[in-house]
Amino acid sequence: MGDMFRSEKMALCQLFIQPEAAYASIAELGEKGCVQFRDLNEEVSAFQRKYVNEVRRCDDMERRLRYVESEMKKDEVKLPVLRPEEEPIAPNPREIVDLEAQLEKTDNELREMSANGASLDANFRHMQELKYVLENTEGFFSDQEVINLDVNRKLDPEDPANLPGAAQRGQLAFVAGVIKLERFFSFERMLWRISRGNIFLRRADIDGLVADEETGRPVLKTVFVAFFQGEQLKQRIKKVCTGYHAAVYPCPSSHAERKEMIKDVNVRLEDLKLVLSQSADHRSRVLNSASKHLPRWSIMVRKMKAIYHILNFFNPDVTGKCLIGEGWVPTNDISTVQDALARASKISESSIPAFMNVIETNEMPPTYTRTNKFTNGFQNLVDSYGMASYREVNPALYACITFPFLFAVMFGDLGHGLILLLFASWLIIKEKQLSSIKEEIFNIFFGGRYIIFLMGIFSIYTGFIYNDVFSKSMNIFGSAWHMNYTRDVVEDENLKYITLRPNDTVYKTYPFGMDPIWQLADNKIIFLNTFKMKLSIIVGVIHMIFGVSMSVVNFAYYKKYASIFLEFLPQVLFLLLLFGYMVFMMFFKWVVYNDTVEGPLSPACAPSILILFINMILQGSQDTPEPCKEFMFDGQKSIQQVFVVVAIICIPWMLLGKPLYIMIKRKTNGAPPPKPQSGGGEGHGEDDEMGEIFIHQAIHTIEYVLSTVSHTASYLRLWALSLAHAQLSEVLWNMVFSMGFKYDSYIGGILIYVFFGAWALLTVGILVLIEGLSAFLHTLRLHWVEFMSKFYEGAGYAFEPFAFKTILDVSEDD
Amino acid sequence: MVSEWVAPIVITSIWAFIGIICPFFARGPNRGVTQCCLMLTAATCWLFWLCCYMTQLNPLIGPKLSMNEIMIMAREWGNEIKDTMAVTV
Repeated sequence: MGDMFRSEKMALCQLFIQPEAAYASIAELGEKGCVQFRDLNEEVSAFQRKYVNEVRRCDDMERRLRYVESEMKKDEVKLPVLRPEEEPIAPNPREIVDLEAQLEKTDNELREMSANGASLDANFRHMQELKYVLENTEGFFSDQEVINLDVNRKLDPEDPANLPGAAQRGQLAFVAGVIKLERFFSFERMLWRISRGNIFLRRADIDGLVADEETGRPVLKTVFVAFFQGEQLKQRIKKVCTGYHAAVYPCPSSHAERKEMIKDVNVRLEDLKLVLSQSADHRSRVLNSASKHLPRWSIMVRKMKAIYHILNFFNPDVTGKCLIGEGWVPTNDISTVQDALARASKISESSIPAFMNVIETNEMPPTYTRTNKFTNGFQNLVDSYGMASYREVNPALYACITFPFLFAVMFGDLGHGLILLLFASWLIIKEKQLSSIKEEIFNIFFGGRYIIFLMGIFSIYTGFIYNDVFSKSMNIFGSAWHMNYTRDVVEDENLKYITLRPNDTVYKTYPFGMDPIWQLADNKIIFLNTFKMKLSIIVGVIHMIFGVSMSVVNFAYYKKYASIFLEFLPQVLFLLLLFGYMVFMMFFKWVVYNDTVEGPLSPACAPSILILFINMILQGSQDTPEPCKEFMFDGQKSIQQVFVVVAIICIPWMLLGKPLYIMIKRKTNGAPPPKPQSGGGEGHGEDDEMGEIFIHQAIHTIEYVLSTVSHTASYLRLWALSLAHAQLSEVLWNMVFSMGFKYDSYIGGILIYVFFGAWALLTVGILVLIEGLSAFLHTLRLHWVEFMSKFYEGAGYAFEPFAFKTILDVSEDD
Repeated sequence: MVSEWVAPIVITSIWAFIGIICPFFARGPNRGVTQCCLMLTAATCWLFWLCCYMTQLNPLIGPKLSMNEIMIMAREWGNEIKDTMAVTV
């Protein structure tokens, strides 16, 4: 099993590339995505790198692209979606110059149009407001003339003292303009204050909303005219108008002049409208033509920038004739990388081809596991716990099946499993369409669609075994329990319940799954609990043994053969002699004790395995009445004592074995002159203090011994969640759906429809989603803690290759 | 007693076929993953079935049923309740 069993072999490669071919080479490698480059210029600041100018040019182009894109969003121009085959490759240096010029031209054109458009808009707005002023002041001036006549009429022509005053009062001045309606009232109060009430203010609202000059938002505005006396007051009023951002417009007082002005304004408005319309058309054409190319340009610029960023990792050769780069490459992909370099050299017409060397190194390579769309979800689950150390055994391979299986043990229900299966099938069938959705929660489900698919399949299987379909059973193979009672017994009024006795009524074993009679039984929980508890322990112990066994594979690979004897063997013995023995007792009890015999093997004498186990550890005993026996078989007491003694011996074995081995080895090596150790785990041990080694091993031993006990108990959650799920399902059926069956005639039909809707909603919402999430998290814990803690180091770091696909995906998410 | 062994043998054979024989026919670039999945599926599903079967092989307790349930099962599952005595003329 080469794939996924452990991470890929990685090689540290050194690349020698001609400067003229460097760009094309990195472009090819970016398309392939096989190399994780190392930064050979970590000490050099970003501004002193070789290609900093090129990176800046790309930044500039990106800025222009963002500006053009924002302008398109304003005008709601749709960007075409690029299909994967339409994606452009990185541009060559000649195309870069053309692209730069094109972007600059488009950018400048848009900026000029924006500036011109702004000033034209302002002009248009002013003309419109002036028109409003001229039209609305008609009423004002008619009123004004009436006032003037009244004033004149009050004068006494024969009084010579009043003559100059009369002339003064006749000279009323005015200011006309437009102000926001929301500001008009405070504006009015201010004018009254500065004039001490000697002002006459009239207002007419403008119909509809008008664009505000500062913000561009639509606002309500009003036309005002202020009548007053005196030049001094005029200056004050104009200052207040400026302070309130009221636009003051010239307005002739005579009717004829106003008519003339309105005509003039209308002509200019028509001209401006025409110019604005043509400007908008031109802008639209420019944006539409640019929008055809913008996605391609964005991708090209991003690729370009990424290439120059990687080129900054490279070092020039001492001769200055080639660039040297280093990076991690999966061993299986070395030929791919070499082909890419050869192709790039050909494209660049370089005289000397680029080549690549594999370097030997003691450094820890990055961890890379090749996955497909099926295994990717499981690998992500494992990587969330910790990235595997290099070439460490990969638990994700086994999680492909153990994860959905353990989930199904908790979730087991044929109906609920079918719902999961249908949902996952929909996600898988619609894979291509749905992969473009960017919503975060949906992406979590979509990323795990194959996990959900397997969880659905396995839940259907465990639903079959539990014989549970929305809390109801199926009788496919014929129940093993037969009624042996006569009619008199069944119809006896005094009897409410009968507990069947296995001896009289069982004539076979239900071949596949749980007998349907148990779904109807009142003592169902008692029976199922004993089954599910035993099942949990059996599955858990086997899972843990499997995990401990994985450490052998790791020890063998890393050539730590001593650890097989000093760590693995005592660990597995401890686990087997105690908890493996417990599993054996469970199977023994199932086989040996039955209801067809009297005496020590009858159901009444069947001992509790838990009590037996506790007494085994604590060397206790328990009184048992005749004819029962305390132990299941002859000699069990002796065997148990041996097992306990050996298990106890395993603890100092784990504790002291490895440190003593290292100590002895060092003394042996100390006799000859000390030699440099090359690689291997023991090499690291040479540098550690013996005290630290002892402490480290003590911690590991304590952790293993305690966790063996607690992890075994932890697997009981398989029983707990299974019980909870089944009972919730039954409650939902009895309390919700069954209510509809109690009514007759048409009302009953309608009520069944209604109750089914409620029941279906609650089933999906609570039992499938919430319970499913709960079972998922518990399964995750069983894998991360109970299983992987037995062998998994998880001390590696991820392989992050230079790949355009990754860069573009990240950019799209931003 | 012969019929007692038919069901376990058939089911074990099916899972043995899936877990032991089928991996040899796995093909394609993900052959290792496929083989591992088949073996693990067979092992886990067989173990699960085995535990359920064995817990019912020699049941230590019987179901507690009400009279209505007994009568319904007798009628629906083809196991008529006998009368008190057979009438013989």
